[in-house]
Amino acid sequence: MSSLALIQDVVSYVPFAAIGAGLAAIGAGIGIGRIGGSAMDAIARQPEMQGKIQASAIVLIAFVEAVALFAVVVSLIAK
Amino acid sequence: MDLVTPDFGLIFWTFISFAILFFVLKKFAWKPIVGTVNDREQSIRAALASAEAAKREMENLTADNERILKEARVEREAMMKEAREIKAKMIADAKDEAKIQADKMIENAQAAIENEKKSAIAELKNQVASLSVEIAEKVVRQELSDKDRQLKLVENMLDDATLN
Amino acid sequence: MKTTNFNVIKSLIFGLFFILSASPVLAISADSETKSEGEEEEFNVTDMIMHHVKDAHDFHILDWNGHAVSFPLPVILWTDNGLVTFMSSEFHHDDSGSVVVEKGGQKFVKYHEEIYYASDTPNSDGSFVNLDAEAHPVNAQPLDFSITKLVFSMFLSILLLLLIFGLSARKYDASGVPRGIAKFTEPLVLFIRDDVAIPNIGEKHYKRFMPFLLTLFFFIWINNIMGLIPFFPFSANLSGNIAFTFVLALITFVITTLVGNKDYWKHIFWMPGVPVPMKIFLAPIEFLGIFIKPISLMIRLFANITAGHIIVLSLISLIFIAKSVWVSPASVFFSVFISLIEVLVVAIQAYIFTMLSALYIGAAMEEHEHEHEH
Repeated sequence: MSSLALIQDVVSYVPFAAIGAGLAAIGAGIGIGRIGGSAMDAIARQPEMQGKIQASAIVLIAFVEAVALFAVVVSLIAK
Repeated sequence: MDLVTPDFGLIFWTFISFAILFFVLKKFAWKPIVGTVNDREQSIRAALASAEAAKREMENLTADNERILKEARVEREAMMKEAREIKAKMIADAKDEAKIQADKMIENAQAAIENEKKSAIAELKNQVASLSVEIAEKVVRQELSDKDRQLKLVENMLDDATLN
Repeated sequence: MKTTNFNVIKSLIFGLFFILSASPVLAISADSETKSEGEEEEFNVTDMIMHHVKDAHDFHILDWNGHAVSFPLPVILWTDNGLVTFMSSEFHHDDSGSVVVEKGGQKFVKYHEEIYYASDTPNSDGSFVNLDAEAHPVNAQPLDFSITKLVFSMFLSILLLLLIFGLSARKYDASGVPRGIAKFTEPLVLFIRDDVAIPNIGEKHYKRFMPFLLTLFFFIWINNIMGLIPFFPFSANLSGNIAFTFVLALITFVITTLVGNKDYWKHIFWMPGVPVPMKIFLAPIEFLGIFIKPISLMIRLFANITAGHIIVLSLISLIFIAKSVWVSPASVFFSVFISLIEVLVVAIQAYIFTMLSALYIGAAMEEHEHEHEH
């Protein structure tokens, strides 16, 4: 078996779709973390605005999460 | 892959279902619910506005009342003052009048008393005169009953008269 | 009069539920002889999950002693020779194309939940479908208008919505005070009006779009919730199906395009206030944006709901992957936890879909004051 064929053989076992989904999860994790952190900062600074900050943070998290899920969909297609 | 390929049958049924749901709910649910809620909000807003107006009117009324009360108080005060003045005046007048009257009465009384006194004195004088005359008569009669005595009397009298 | 109408509706619903609860029993007795060889087959997690999140021609309820207990649904096909209908139970739970149903002089097989015209002769596996090199069937397909699991679930959701909102519309007394179920639905309706429609569309135009936004929100939400309930007649992954989200996104797209005013189109094709080279550069991007917006709506809802179902099922499947009962507490705990999060997520997704629809509609109708000045 030539080394090229060996590499091809190994590569064919690499779950690229799963790796892609994982990378997307990293991105979304960073994004959600930043939103959450900023929301906490904002609540600490203005506790009386807690309700509004939480509501918009949840909506923003949903947006970031959706981006990660787009990547999951792409992974599903690529599989 | 077929997870992300839309299925024609489902698209068809979803479209039909959504259309039916939309029109039925629009007619039988959203119109009555949103309509009722809007009507209610309108009526609440109207009620609040009318309450506000009533409150303002009430305030006006209270202010009016206060003003009227104040005026009334001032007026009462004035009236009381006036009355007091009138009273004092009346009392003073009455006192003066009474004094004048009393003085007059006293004067009259004094005059009457004087008159009475005068008349009484005059009467007394008359009485005394008549009594004296009577007594004198009686005495004279007695004296004149005998000649001596008559003479004597005359003599006395003459004495007196000359002495006077 | 109205109460009698409602009694009729109530009896219809009860009747429907009796039929629904009785029919699985019939399905068992009819199909008890098939699928006995499947008992020993290896449990395939991906297949199970994919089977769940996709559409099906019968409503699978549970497996009992190796027999699938399912609720048969009507198959409606528009074929070359006109309309053909039969019950999905005629396939006897077969999904590999080996059971041929002959109706109206035509033969049909079901292969991976798709209906094909059957080949004349079976291939080496006893299946009446011809596969190409990538294992995709090459047989012709009739147009499939079947009342599938998802369509059935959608009809059920419509019934529930009509019941809930038809009832709550009648629960207002003369002075407009809500009673009973209207106390629950009114805050939701007001939420859509005050937090979605008015801020995004504006006081002037929002009334026109209220019925659409309300229908959209509750239709998505109830289907999301029904997907979370893990037993018959719920559990169908309707709002996680791309066809469903496609239709809703398409309706939003059509409305946005129809109500778009001059300013909207001007901002797309000839963005005011930027230099000419920039205008030329922006025009294709903005033009693509018209389509990308509804497509992102479509993908967002589809991906969120499907991912939610996949996660819950994957966590449950951990028990079967590890082949140990000791994994089950952790697996059940995590799936309950994710399910609770999903309860939140499905509401947020319904809200976001509605809010973004309102936002796009509002943006299309917005009047830009600064343009009239120069």
